[in-house]
Amino acid sequence: MNNKRGSLILKVIIYVVCVFLAILSIAPFYIMIINATRSTVQIQQHAISLLPSTYMMKNIAILLGKSFNPANGFVNSLIISTGATLCAVYFSNMTAYGLVVYNWRFRRPFFSFIMAIMMIPAQITMIGFYQMVYRIHMTNNFLMLILPAIASPSMVFFMRQYMLPSLSMEIIQAARIDGAGEFYIFNRIAMPIMKPAIATQAIFCFVSSWNNLFTPLVLLTDQKKYTMPIMVSLLRGDIYKTEYGSVYMGLALTVLPLIVVYLILSRYIISGVALGGVKG
Amino acid sequence: MKRKHSGYAKWGYIFCLPFTIAFLIFTLYPIIFTTVIGFTDCKGLGTVKFHFLVDDPFLNFKNILANPSFQKSFRNTIGMWICNFIPQIGLALLLTAWFTDNRNHIKGKGLFKVLFYMPNIITAATVAILFNALIGYPMGPVNDILMTLGITDQPINFQVNKAVARGSVSFIQFWTWYGYTMIILISGVLGISPEIFESAEVDGASRIQTFFYITIPNLKTILLFTLVTSLIGGLQMFDIPKLFLLGGPDNATLTTSVFIYNQAFSGSYLYNRASAASMIMFIIICAASAVLFFTMRDKDEAELEKLTKQQEREYRKMQKERRKSHE
Repeated sequence: MNNKRGSLILKVIIYVVCVFLAILSIAPFYIMIINATRSTVQIQQHAISLLPSTYMMKNIAILLGKSFNPANGFVNSLIISTGATLCAVYFSNMTAYGLVVYNWRFRRPFFSFIMAIMMIPAQITMIGFYQMVYRIHMTNNFLMLILPAIASPSMVFFMRQYMLPSLSMEIIQAARIDGAGEFYIFNRIAMPIMKPAIATQAIFCFVSSWNNLFTPLVLLTDQKKYTMPIMVSLLRGDIYKTEYGSVYMGLALTVLPLIVVYLILSRYIISGVALGGVKG
Repeated sequence: MKRKHSGYAKWGYIFCLPFTIAFLIFTLYPIIFTTVIGFTDCKGLGTVKFHFLVDDPFLNFKNILANPSFQKSFRNTIGMWICNFIPQIGLALLLTAWFTDNRNHIKGKGLFKVLFYMPNIITAATVAILFNALIGYPMGPVNDILMTLGITDQPINFQVNKAVARGSVSFIQFWTWYGYTMIILISGVLGISPEIFESAEVDGASRIQTFFYITIPNLKTILLFTLVTSLIGGLQMFDIPKLFLLGGPDNATLTTSVFIYNQAFSGSYLYNRASAASMIMFIIICAASAVLFFTMRDKDEAELEKLTKQQEREYRKMQKERRKSHE
C-alpha cells in the first residue's frame, strides 16, 4: 500500500517536472511569435501577452526597411548548407567504402588517424584558414564554406560503423563478376544500401552548416553574401535597438522554418541523436 | 582469404584520396599556417607579409599568457562550462532514470523528448539574441514573469550584474544541451542488457540502488564521451557569449573564442596573437580528445593486442626455460 502511494507521488513529480521543462522549451519561442505581432509600445508596457496583436505587417515593414534581408540570407544559407551536405555525405561514404571494402596496407592506420582528427575544431585553425583564403582572393566565395565538408572525419566514422555489418562482400563480388566497375558498384549498390544512415547524417550536417556562425562571419564581408546566422546577428545592432517588435519578427522569421522542419523530421532526428551516442 | 583481393588494393587509396586532399588543404595546412603565424609579427587588416620573431620566438605566446583579458576569458569559459555541465548531466541522468524505468509507465515520452531536444536544433545566434530580448530591462518578459510571481520586487538588470550575466550564459547553454545529453544517455541505458535489470529487480533492488549500482557503472563510457565532447564544445563557446551580451559586462561573459575573434577580426587585427591564443586552446583540446581517443579505440583491438603480447611473452619464457633445461 505504502509502496503504491510512493510510486503515485513519484509519478506526479515526474509529470510536473516534465511539463515544466516542456514549457521552458516552448515559452521563449511562444513569447517571440506573439511579440512579433505586437508594437514596441505594447511590448514595453507588458512584455508578455498570451494573445497576438495586429502589428505584424508594420513590424515586417520596419524590419525590411533596414539592412535585414531574410530572403537573401535564406537563399545563401540554402546554397551553402546543401552544397556542404552533398559533399560531406558523398565523400564520407566514399572514404568509408575505401576503408571497409578494400584491404590495403594503410587501412588500419588511416582509420586510427580519422578517429584522431575527429575532434579538431574548425575554429582553432581559423586564422590560418582565413589567411590562406585571403591570399587566393576567395573570401566571399561560397566554395570555401562548402569544400571543407569533403573531409568530415566524424561522418566517415559513422558511415564505416554502419557499413561494416550492412554491406556484404558477396554482393560486391557478384557485381564484379558481372563486369561492373568499382565506382559503378559504389554508386549503384553501396550508396542505396547506405540510405538510412545517409538520411540521418544529412539532416545533422545540414543543420550544423545552417547554424554555423563563426566561419561565415570571418569569411563573408559582402552584405549580399550574408548567411542566415549573420543576418540574425544584425538584429543585435544599434539600428534595431528600440524596435522590439521587429526584432522579435526577425527572429521569428528565421526560427519558424527550422521549427516546422524539426517537427516534421523529429522522429528521425531523435533516433539519429541516439545512434550518435551508441557509437561511443 | 584477403590475399586474393590484393589486386583491388589500389582502389582503397583512390576512394580515400578526396578526403585526404580536402583534409590536407582545409585542415592540416591551416593548422600549420596558424602555428607559423603565432611566431611572427603578422598584424593589420589585409596583411599577407610577415617576419619571424627572431629575438624572442615565443613573444606572442608569452604576451597571450600574460594578457589579463585572455586569462579572464579562459576562467570564464571553464567556469561557465562547469556551471552548465553539472546541472545538465544531473538533470539528464534524472530524466534518463525516470524514462527508462518501466515501472513508471510514463505517457508522452516521445513528445517530451522532442520538446526537450528542440532548443538544440535552433540556430545558436538566434537563441542568443532571443534571450537578449527576453531579459530586457526594465520591462522584458523575464522580468515581467519574475515580478508577477513575486520573486523580485524590482526588475533585474541582467546586463549589468556580472554574476547574473555569467549565470544566464550557463543557463542558455544548459537549456540548449540537456535534451541532447538525455537522449544519448537513454540510448546508452537501452543498450545495457535487460537481463541485468531483471535480475536486480528479482533480487529486490530499489530504484535508487539499481540506478547507482547498475545503470551508472554500465554508462561509464558514454558518460565519458558526453563529458569530453561537451568540454571540447564548451572550450569553443562562441555564438551565445558573442551575441547575448557581446562578452560584457566588463568582459564577464568573454570566452576564449570570442577573445580570439576580437583579437583577429574586429578592430585590432592582431593575427599573430590570435594565432598564439588559438594554438594554446588547440593543445588543451588535443589533450582532452586524446583521453576520448584512447578510451573509444576499438576495445577488441586493444584486447587482441594484449593477447598477442601475452602469447609472445609466454613463448619467450618457454624458450628461456627450454634453454635453461638444456644447460
